[in-house]
Amino acid sequence: MKDDLIKYILHLADNNLILGQRNAEWCGHGPVLEQDIALTNISLDLIGQARLLYQYAAELKGGESTEDTLAYLRTEREYLNVLLVEQPNGNWGDTIMRQFLYDAFNYFNYKALETSSDTQLAAIAAKSIKEVSYHLRFSSEWVVRLGDGTEESRDKMISAVNDLWKYTGEMFQATSYENSIKGAGISPDLGDIHSKWEEKVKEVLVEATIPVPSSPWMQNGGKKGIHSEHMGFILTELQYVQRTYPNLQW
Amino acid sequence: MSEALIDTDRIMEILESVPDPEIPVISIVDLGIVRRVEETEEGLEIDLSPTYSGCPALDVIPILVREALAEHEISNVKIRNVISPPWSTDWISEEGLAKLNAFGITPPHRSTDAQSQLPLEERDITCPQCGSNNTNLVSRFGSTPCKAAFQCKDCLEPFDYFKCH
Repeated sequence: MKDDLIKYILHLADNNLILGQRNAEWCGHGPVLEQDIALTNISLDLIGQARLLYQYAAELKGGESTEDTLAYLRTEREYLNVLLVEQPNGNWGDTIMRQFLYDAFNYFNYKALETSSDTQLAAIAAKSIKEVSYHLRFSSEWVVRLGDGTEESRDKMISAVNDLWKYTGEMFQATSYENSIKGAGISPDLGDIHSKWEEKVKEVLVEATIPVPSSPWMQNGGKKGIHSEHMGFILTELQYVQRTYPNLQW
Repeated sequence: MSEALIDTDRIMEILESVPDPEIPVISIVDLGIVRRVEETEEGLEIDLSPTYSGCPALDVIPILVREALAEHEISNVKIRNVISPPWSTDWISEEGLAKLNAFGITPPHRSTDAQSQLPLEERDITCPQCGSNNTNLVSRFGSTPCKAAFQCKDCLEPFDYFKCH
């Protein structure tokens, strides 16, 4: 069960690290200064949360593991993040929609983890939820602003949600490592998170005048380490310094 | 040898001289991140709480603490990063709030203040320059993770508001 717990922690950490890395690509390219700063601030929070999780995973793994070896020195198949977070930034609307769909998950998931029987996970969740509540408010506002905005912004948001929808199902499909620790009250019931997520997402999309996608087909794989073609490129950039100059320290 | 004589009040005094690296006008004690100072048989133990989990000051603060203590020849120090219960802006001292305001950052509302429950854009946020409440939210995210950007509609100055957390 310990191995499954470690995998679960890595799954949560990788979600945050990879989305943090994606958002960081906007640094210096945001549509206006304030939003450039907003996205990079969100990245900081996500990477900070990932650090707490990697530190905990490293402690459980023992041996030579550190937060850095876990973040920088694993191979693609060892990363357990959902496919949603590795999707390319696209236009600003695509990035905002990806953020919103993930924030809603992250929020309800941390909310449930606050009462996890694993006290360290519960502490990380209680710390992180304050930050994620703020992210969710920010991304929800932007979905409404752009969806209920101009004809062009609305069209872009509709195509963003339609493109990303197929990557949302995976967040709620339990893997073997989640099923293994759920009984002990460590990880939450994903069915329950799904209904809360759906309710929130519908509420915001309706307000944004964006039709809620109805396509039932969902892509999966990320949580088991099977990633899209984008993942290798992300890791190339993310791991470049540690791979080129092994053990380099700031 | 001298370390056996340290009392925690003196340590707190030293820590009060350590500024927050991003908002140097207040000390880490004013910021409420020093959670425990205890002299044990193995040496001095200090618990610090992060404000935001990804705050870049996170790795700098323990270095500053060690430096400040080293100046007083205290070197046997164990610093722990404690996340539970999570840090809150309610832990910023009254003096800290006043210093923030004097520096040009509107301090956070206390969580007991009904204002803190309102959405950011509906809250009475007072301009630290002219004292007007006629202010406008520019961006939810400011120059550091803990702040939001505002502008005063009377004196027109932009300013930061320290978010309730």
